[in-house]
Amino acid sequence: MPSPTEITLRAFISENFIYGDDASAIDAHASLIDEGLIDSTGVLELVSFLEEKFGLQITDAEIVPENLGSVAAIVGFVDRKAARPLEAA
Amino acid sequence: MCGIAGFLDLPGPEPLKRQTLARMVAAIAHRGPDGHGALLKGRCGLAHTRLSIVDLAGGAQPMSDADGKIWLTFNGEIFNYVELRNELIARGFTFRTTSDTEVILQLYRHMGPALLGRLNGDFAFALWDETQQTLMLARDRMGVRPLFYAERDGMLVFASELPALLQAPGLDPEVDLVGLDQLFTTWAPLAPRTILRGVSELKPGHLLIAKPGHRSVRPYWTLRFPKAGEHASPAQPEALVEQLRALLDDATRIRLRADVPVGAYLSGGLDSSLTTALAAAQNGANLRTFSITFEDDEFDESPFQKVMSARLGTQHTALACTARDIAAALPDVVAHAGQPFLRTAPVPMYLLARGVRAAGLKVVLTGEGADEVFGGYDIFKEAKLRRFCARQPASARRPLLLQRLYPYLPRLQSQNPQFLRAFFASETDNLADPLYSHLPRFRSTARAKVFFSADVKRELAGYDALAELRESLPTEFADWHPLSQAQYLETIHLLPGYILCSQGDRMAMAHAVEGRFPFLDHRVVEFAAGLPPELKLNGLREKHILREVAKDLLPPSIGDRPKQPYRAPDAGVFVGPDASPELFETSRVGSGGLFDPVAVGRLAAKAARTPSLGFSDVTALAGVATTELWRRRYLAASQTSPKPAPLAVAALS
Repeated sequence: MPSPTEITLRAFISENFIYGDDASAIDAHASLIDEGLIDSTGVLELVSFLEEKFGLQITDAEIVPENLGSVAAIVGFVDRKAARPLEAA
Repeated sequence: MCGIAGFLDLPGPEPLKRQTLARMVAAIAHRGPDGHGALLKGRCGLAHTRLSIVDLAGGAQPMSDADGKIWLTFNGEIFNYVELRNELIARGFTFRTTSDTEVILQLYRHMGPALLGRLNGDFAFALWDETQQTLMLARDRMGVRPLFYAERDGMLVFASELPALLQAPGLDPEVDLVGLDQLFTTWAPLAPRTILRGVSELKPGHLLIAKPGHRSVRPYWTLRFPKAGEHASPAQPEALVEQLRALLDDATRIRLRADVPVGAYLSGGLDSSLTTALAAAQNGANLRTFSITFEDDEFDESPFQKVMSARLGTQHTALACTARDIAAALPDVVAHAGQPFLRTAPVPMYLLARGVRAAGLKVVLTGEGADEVFGGYDIFKEAKLRRFCARQPASARRPLLLQRLYPYLPRLQSQNPQFLRAFFASETDNLADPLYSHLPRFRSTARAKVFFSADVKRELAGYDALAELRESLPTEFADWHPLSQAQYLETIHLLPGYILCSQGDRMAMAHAVEGRFPFLDHRVVEFAAGLPPELKLNGLREKHILREVAKDLLPPSIGDRPKQPYRAPDAGVFVGPDASPELFETSRVGSGGLFDPVAVGRLAAKAARTPSLGFSDVTALAGVATTELWRRRYLAASQTSPKPAPLAVAALS
């Protein structure tokens, strides 16, 4: 059962990067870049979305494939950040 | 410069044949407003619309030899016609006109199809040899002038432009989905395929011979590079710079031959500044130059245009182009392009040609081709840097060079090395892939295919445009230097398939303006292909040898100026206040069947709310918009044909 974070994220990816194709079909661990789903602009769109939707502040140093490269990585990153909001600032 | 059309073995009665010729002429009337002619001779029909530039009084077409046995309809210019004419006269041939058209006829009589090797020019022609009952179609080496054809039940129809071809009876327009897939991957259909099913393009440097019972298509010229490491040693690069200067002087000199004034495009970049300087040096005062200016500093180059026009003393006309102008002209531009495209860049070229025509000129020199021939495009540097990164996967610094490549993409500047590596796939792409240089571009372009409708996707399932492109490469390709390989892809595919048609011939000829391109003189192309790669891309200095030539001709502010890619306002054109609200209308997109209207609606909504859209999204937006405009213009049931003007068709027995 996907977490609420993952459901929200997949809906965003569906709406903004695959324009309606079913985002639930994406392997959680597949690279969003290698799959051709996001480009350099897409990463920044993703960062803006995460900041707004989850009330996060994401530093430049955090914008790396380990945190944002796949659905699983993003979900893990968001959940870690949300659990430690003060450290993120 | 003109338009041509015609057929062989068109079935039906003579009035139908005459009517077909008249309709084809009407569809290419814009290419030749100075006159037209048509001829029905046995099995063959030839038509011509004329833009008179050389031998204004004597060059009417279709033209025959003195015996009336060989007939020619010809679009373009043979720049070395003076030398060829003198040579033929020395051999005893006599001429009735001073036109280049008659030179082709006489040269054919002298040496048959082998004449093509002697021509230095931009041309497409059809030659009917009555005695041999043979039709020959031919096209220039680089693909400056267009020529399309279709075969049905033994009939052969040809024309300069796709819409003219559709005037032939029995040619119902239908989209070629594989061609569309190719365009949405590599920016153009892979020739000879076109966007229309059953319609072919005669490839650049090829000829088609139709004899009774036998038809063949073959090349008469091919672009080849030396094996990697076997380029001529640049022991004396100065000598090569001098040789290139002499070649460019001559390429420009013969391109100034015309019985009407010749102007020049002056964008303010290295290439057009160089062609303009060479032309000004030969033509003296009174050279007229033209440029486009944009409101947005991101695209505008007008300060550089002013520097050059002042320096050369040209009479300069700058035409301002706004996003509104681009939106307004877009439907006409798509109609003239005859196929969809993925950028707005064709539109300003269309508007520029309109300005040239309004100023009373028919011919312009331009700097087109230098980026392909001398390694100017960013994609060449990008490929070099990606290979450089791949050699040291651990280096954190190397990927940062990729950022510096695109200073005009602000969003790329904030990316860190790990993402840059991932985006440019420097390691994950196979270095031995013949398409390595172009894979990031092809990948991000192909994302636009997500908008194809379910039916189209089903139809194209399993098709791989890149596999077909790889298949089409010559066997020697594998032995070439990576820069030569990337140049080959640009020169053989992108140049004729997109640049020279959708930005070049079709835009200029929409207003009966002929572009001439000194950098695409085949002698220059062959010379450049033989140069060591480091004389083209020297470190990251692009067009190195051309900049060396420019030292004597241009101020350093122009000669050393880094390349600024020619770009125009984009996303706002399709969704902004000036865009047509019908463009992405769900019902219209849906009824067309090519795209998923819901997905397209989401893209349009995203474009409307996002101030700066990414490369892939802009590509998709332009691709969907121009494909829809093209479909509605040419495929919709309600399409209207151009009204044929009364045309006297000479019928000779």
